Amino acid sequence: MSDTQKFDRADSRVRADDGLGGALRGFVDRMRSGDLGVLPVILGLIVIAVVFGTLNPVFMRPANLTNLLFDAAAVGLISLGVVFCLLLGEIDLSIGSMSGVASAILGVLWVNVGVPWPLAILAALGAGTITGFVYATLLNKFGMPSFVSTLAGLLALLGLQLYLLGNSGSINLPFQSFLIRFGQTMVMPGWLSYLVALIPGATIFWFGLKTRAQRAQANLSVPALSVLIVKAVVLTAIILGAVWYLNQGRGVPWMFLFFMGLVAGMEYVLTRTQFGRSIFAVGGNREAARRAGIKVERIRIYAFMLCSTFAAFGGVLAASRLASASRQAGTGDVNLNAIAAAVIGGTSLFGGRGSAWSALLGVLVIQAISNGLTLLNLSSSLRYMILGAVLAIAVIVDSLARQSRASHGRA
Amino acid sequence: MPADAPGDTSPILKLRGVTKTFGAVTALDGIDLDIHRGEVVALVGDNGAGKSTLVKILSGVHAKTSGTIEFNGAEVSIDTPGRAIDLGIATVFQDLALCENLDVVANLFLGQEVGPWRLNEVEMEVRAWKLLGELAARIPSVREPIASLSGGQRQTVAISRSLLLNPEIIMLDEPTAALGVAQTAEVLNLVERVRDRGHGVILISHNMEDVRAVADRIVVLRLGRNNGTFGPEATQEELVAAITGATDNSVSRRAQKRDAVTEGEVS
Ligand SMILES: Nc1ncnc2c1ncn2[C@@H]1O[C@H](COP(=O)(O)OP(=O)(O)O)[C@@H](O)[C@H]1O
Ligand SMILES: [Mg+2]
Repeated sequence: MSDTQKFDRADSRVRADDGLGGALRGFVDRMRSGDLGVLPVILGLIVIAVVFGTLNPVFMRPANLTNLLFDAAAVGLISLGVVFCLLLGEIDLSIGSMSGVASAILGVLWVNVGVPWPLAILAALGAGTITGFVYATLLNKFGMPSFVSTLAGLLALLGLQLYLLGNSGSINLPFQSFLIRFGQTMVMPGWLSYLVALIPGATIFWFGLKTRAQRAQANLSVPALSVLIVKAVVLTAIILGAVWYLNQGRGVPWMFLFFMGLVAGMEYVLTRTQFGRSIFAVGGNREAARRAGIKVERIRIYAFMLCSTFAAFGGVLAASRLASASRQAGTGDVNLNAIAAAVIGGTSLFGGRGSAWSALLGVLVIQAISNGLTLLNLSSSLRYMILGAVLAIAVIVDSLARQSRASHGRA
Repeated sequence: MPADAPGDTSPILKLRGVTKTFGAVTALDGIDLDIHRGEVVALVGDNGAGKSTLVKILSGVHAKTSGTIEFNGAEVSIDTPGRAIDLGIATVFQDLALCENLDVVANLFLGQEVGPWRLNEVEMEVRAWKLLGELAARIPSVREPIASLSGGQRQTVAISRSLLLNPEIIMLDEPTAALGVAQTAEVLNLVERVRDRGHGVILISHNMEDVRAVADRIVVLRLGRNNGTFGPEATQEELVAAITGATDNSVSRRAQKRDAVTEGEVS
């Protein structure tokens, strides 16, 4: 069948970006119009690797990178949650406190009360879910802007955390338990890590082939096989390389794989389900979404509940990483690191644009900077200032890209 | 013109005394309106007459202040946009109401996605091309975000979306305002096709030529009130007089009386 008879190739004004060259041309076009995608992040990671690697060779050692991944999982989960709020054009400023409360609940129930840890985790997650519900309800019923309600929540939750921990101030979690080993030492066996490293590329390839077959059958244009193969191969090569490098030291943390799994799951939810589509719609144009019959209030409830629940989960992982639930948990830079990670990863503060991957990529940047500065023995005062500057730059990039997209007519 | 007069069946949609106030402003005051199967009703009136407000009440965007709405003989309360969609009332809003960050396919199927737990993008894309084809729409790619489309293209997307669910009534609020000559003709053809399928159409337009070309009845609103009902053969002067209220209303009253007789609607 000739190309012009296909549904989506009938209009002669559309350039058919077929094959590898076409894919490249489309990519350059998108960059130019301000649709930067993951490019700034990848560049950022390379710069970070070069700079910190030169300043302190320890930075790039496999063991340090494994350490970095252990640290990244907790903040990453918190960041994954806040993506849902940001996509709606809302924000949750209390995710740090929420994670602190969750770690306190875990510590109190598990150690002080003697509840089995899985149940204690469920209770902590439940507290997150309820908190998210409260924020969404304040917004839905009273029109309370989320940055106000969550700012109030930040303080209230911090108070709750201090109250739960009482005079002791800090609860040590049992070192020998699975949860603490999961947070501190458990890495994947080498062979398994290589096997798992093949999954993303294989998945892309498999579903790519299926989509191609479906499109061909439906008389739509079919993306070039070469592009698909290159994508899958490059991705697999990068992941295999990273896994091999990590295996030269301690290996790939199970906790990080767990985080990656959740990111992939949420990416599916955001891009392949009606719920995810509704989140983007509400974030893009709330009134249009409402008129299309989307129950905006319900979408908000789910998004805020997911956000706070992931924040609580991040708190649980942070507690297992530190083997303690303390007054400091979730305070300091946790809040802004998680939000900054999502923004650096490419989720817009203005709503309607972003992805679950942004949490993964962004948290790697944040954690790498944080880790590198710590290795340089810089005090936390300097670390805060530098991370603050990084966040500001990320927001500026987001703003500029938005303006550029607007002037290029790409939303 | 349809062969049989629409008046011999009961109306799909029947409004009685529908009133809407925004604070101190009375946007609609005691509106009566009937829409029958296979009938195109044109709603005309000056800017601010309340046409869009009426459309928004029928589409569940605004709640009416008082009055009754009957759908297929049963009184209904259209309190949410979802309710209107479920009843089979589709709307093309004057301000289009599209999500700029989503592509054409996503906008067409918004709220009605195929495969809620596993979106079937291929099927949606095929149906999108077919829907757009019905309008002879000139959309180069359905995978571009709405932000990259021209005003006219957006309008065709909005119109196509209203056809998606095969509704009983379609309301078009100034659908041809941003369209070129050929596209306007396509939309008018579409309006006739929808009517011939037995659906009701409410068409709002400022272009009297378009209105007279497709409308079976022309309902005039003025300052939020009914100001006469005309047949398509009404003269420009009659319509303008009713719209602007420039002359005594005897003209429109006569037209209304005559209409009522021919349609057997005397209540
Ligand atoms: N959301 C609103 N709030 C307050 N007043 C409104 C609102 N929407 C419409 N109005 C008022 O209602 C009247 C009718 O407006 P509208 O229905 O948009 O007129 P039309 O579509 O016939 O030009 C106008 O006086 C307008 O100012
Ligand atoms: Mg209007």
